[in-house]
Amino acid sequence: MQASTETVFLYPPTPLSARCYSHAKVETDEEFDARWVTYFSKPDIDAWELKKGMNTLIGYDLVPEPKILDSALRACRRLNDLASAIRILEAVKDKSGPHKDIYPYLIQELQPTLTELGISTPEDLGMDIL
Amino acid sequence: MLFSFRMLATRALSLVGKRAISTSICVRGGHGVAKVDDYALPAYFDRRENPLPDVQFVTELSAEQRSLKEKEKGSWATLSNEEKIALYRISFKQSFAEMNEGTKEWKSVIAGMFFFIGMTGLVVLWQRKFVYGPVPSTFESEWKEKEVQRMLDMRINPVEGFSAKWDYENKEWKK
Repeated sequence: MQASTETVFLYPPTPLSARCYSHAKVETDEEFDARWVTYFSKPDIDAWELKKGMNTLIGYDLVPEPKILDSALRACRRLNDLASAIRILEAVKDKSGPHKDIYPYLIQELQPTLTELGISTPEDLGMDIL
Repeated sequence: MLFSFRMLATRALSLVGKRAISTSICVRGGHGVAKVDDYALPAYFDRRENPLPDVQFVTELSAEQRSLKEKEKGSWATLSNEEKIALYRISFKQSFAEMNEGTKEWKSVIAGMFFFIGMTGLVVLWQRKFVYGPVPSTFESEWKEKEVQRMLDMRINPVEGFSAKWDYENKEWKK
């Protein structure tokens, strides 16, 4: 007795164009990055905006691209806030969670900026260990 | 008249200083401005999800810290590691490593678990000795022997179960 291999759909398969997804425009990764780079690049950014931006960014389910962090670190420089710059580096390392290879990549990409601005990483200062 | 009274109050406030606003009330037009309690002001807290808190950790800077803050306005490359750490500690209480540190609480939890299991064990033993009456007579070995013999005589489960394991010829359990 041959078993029937006919697949049964509970509902007829809909073509992509007729699927029941929302019609809102989805922001691409590039647009997201660009938006955040622009946010931190504001020349007269104030301390509150830096904190708000950073806290919001860390709230998202992602690790920010190096270009966003570069912009944020430069904002710290404009605000004369070295502590926040170091804190941002700690935060992205923590944000990477179990993916241990993200943070070294970020540091590698940010190294020119770190040397230019004179920002030490938490590892340089021995703050990553207890 | 009212205008001059307001002027006096605001001048008094500027003399009194920031901290004391919570204890003095500015009287304007017969109504008071609400007292600002500590808990209503932005607070500092170390959280992974909120890396940059609303306020600095250290609110009143010493002279040394103030001069360090001035130095921060220049090139950061000129700051030594100790100075950088000092600047960090002005703004933040605990580093991420410190705030994420686990406690040794689990040891207390396990210890507590064992303790209460032990206590329960003692209670059970006490109950057996002092609370429960004797067990029914059907548990005595004499009774049990008679019970087993009756079951074998009845050929309980003779195919695969009870009586199947008894060797009726040699009157012993099958090896």
